[in-house]
Amino acid sequence: METSKLTPAKFGGYAAMVFVGLVIGIPIFWMLSGSLMSNRDILNPNQWLPSTPVWDNYPDAWNSLPFARFFLNSLIITFFGAGAKVVLGVLCAYAFAFLKFPGKNILFLVVLASLMVPSQVVIIPNYQFMATTIRNILGTEDNWVDTYQGIILPSAATAFGTFLMRQGFMGLPKDVLDAAKVDGAGHFRTMWQIILPMAKPIVVTFALIAVVGEWNEYLWPLIITNTDNMRPVTVGLRLLNDTEGNNNWGIIMAGTAFVVVPMLVVYTFLQRFIIDGLTAGATKG
Amino acid sequence: MAVNNNPTEWNPQPIGKEFVRPKGSFGGILGKEWVLFLLLVLPNFIFLATFTYWPLIRNFVLSTQKVNPYTKAQSYAGLDNFRWLFNDRVFKQVVSNTAIFIVCCVFFTLGLGLLVALLLNEKLKGRTAVRAMVFAPYLIAGSAVALVWSYIFNPRFGLFAMILGWFDISSPRWLEDPNWALAAVIITYVWKNMGFAAVVFLAGLQGIPKDLYEAAKLDGASAWWRFRSVTLPMLSPISFFLVVTSVLSTFQAFDLIDVMTSGGPVNSTTTLVYYVYEQGWMAQRWERAAAAAVVLFILMLTVTGMQMLWERRQVHYDGN
Repeated sequence: METSKLTPAKFGGYAAMVFVGLVIGIPIFWMLSGSLMSNRDILNPNQWLPSTPVWDNYPDAWNSLPFARFFLNSLIITFFGAGAKVVLGVLCAYAFAFLKFPGKNILFLVVLASLMVPSQVVIIPNYQFMATTIRNILGTEDNWVDTYQGIILPSAATAFGTFLMRQGFMGLPKDVLDAAKVDGAGHFRTMWQIILPMAKPIVVTFALIAVVGEWNEYLWPLIITNTDNMRPVTVGLRLLNDTEGNNNWGIIMAGTAFVVVPMLVVYTFLQRFIIDGLTAGATKG
Repeated sequence: MAVNNNPTEWNPQPIGKEFVRPKGSFGGILGKEWVLFLLLVLPNFIFLATFTYWPLIRNFVLSTQKVNPYTKAQSYAGLDNFRWLFNDRVFKQVVSNTAIFIVCCVFFTLGLGLLVALLLNEKLKGRTAVRAMVFAPYLIAGSAVALVWSYIFNPRFGLFAMILGWFDISSPRWLEDPNWALAAVIITYVWKNMGFAAVVFLAGLQGIPKDLYEAAKLDGASAWWRFRSVTLPMLSPISFFLVVTSVLSTFQAFDLIDVMTSGGPVNSTTTLVYYVYEQGWMAQRWERAAAAAVVLFILMLTVTGMQMLWERRQVHYDGN
């Protein structure tokens, strides 16, 4: 193995990498360090590390708002929201990839065209739907504001997932499908025992994109919830800022840290899988 | 129920023929392919219709209504809401904020992303780790990133105040100053999203055939000339894709703005999406919010339309 010399160009490269690492790393460090600081440390402008770590910031942040409930809500919303997307997407993609239907291509365009309608454009009618229309449909007094179904259902359908997985399904080797047909496998068995195992990478990729999207969703849960009981973590964090006032940064950073750190831990173990998955739409398109 | 007259589908085991009635599939109406097709696509279509297409129409309708703020009585008002918007001083500022926000975010996210990608394309030790680091903020929830950067931007004891203090420069009041707040949100946005662009650019760089560089080298092209004549043109499809998707996602940016500035101070960080939220959920002027949402929709549709036209031209050129 050749020992590469440290040329000036290489040295510049390493220096640049260190700089990039610092730009990304220092804000994270600043959050962690701040999360252990007393108010006196925070107010001291030249303080990089807490003089004595104030571990109490963490329980204080946890108890200042129902964070356990926020996490539970986030888990429920992510599980059912992403689950709905994957199931509906797989079924729809299978139909568009393998079944015959008159006018199928036009119907597919109808699905794709919905990608041009961002959810932000339709939040007002969707809010009205959850607040009033649903009452008339169900004939009840209760509406769906501040409910899980109200949070989850508007984003349950997926055009992107249908598109992505249809592409994946259609790229599968055709002779395996023919073999399944000759074997006498019905459509559901073909889907479950042949298509899904073979197309697992693309389905898992979409599931990852859906999970990250649901977990980080902010605007719709903010609008459609109005009690702490129903808020997900993303919206709950904003409330921490409100309840702690503007200068109790130790507690605010502690609250932020227990949202950020578990995610970064998961990310360290799955980084290659997560990076490839989230950029799949861009790099394999 | 219609009687199925097709004997091949009814006959359970036509021995010696290649057509075998699928085991485990339903007979009768469910055995028909078109029925199964409808069953499989229906759930997705119902949700798309209920929560995308129908509300899109309702939003258009609402934007043409006049709503009495007290009685909530509605009447048709044509384009009055749009006229009101375009005469509103705040709305003009919102449009200009949105333009500045999009141009700056996209330019710096992609520019810095490209620089990082070029760096990580060199064979340096530890570049996988740096790639993973740069991508990490893209995953973190926007409200968490916003809180961390609100602390960093604190004019008295934040990180920037400290760094500027080393050079005896007094920190701007970032989030409290109408001249600086938008810049602060843009910096945060770029920090969060730069890694995504870097990883996508890097994939593009690694897809460029090596022999192109060899050929350019043989022709005596300098490093800069190789970059200009090989790298940039070969990256242009992926750059274009990134520009379009980044423009569309900056149009939709909401969480950073809501947590860091709530659109303020004095509307200096109110973008179109935030304005829709303010007019609706704060001011309760739903018809104006709907009109602003229509403006947002048309602008984003224009961007997508331009992408489609451009891509069609690309395909045409490739065909030659």
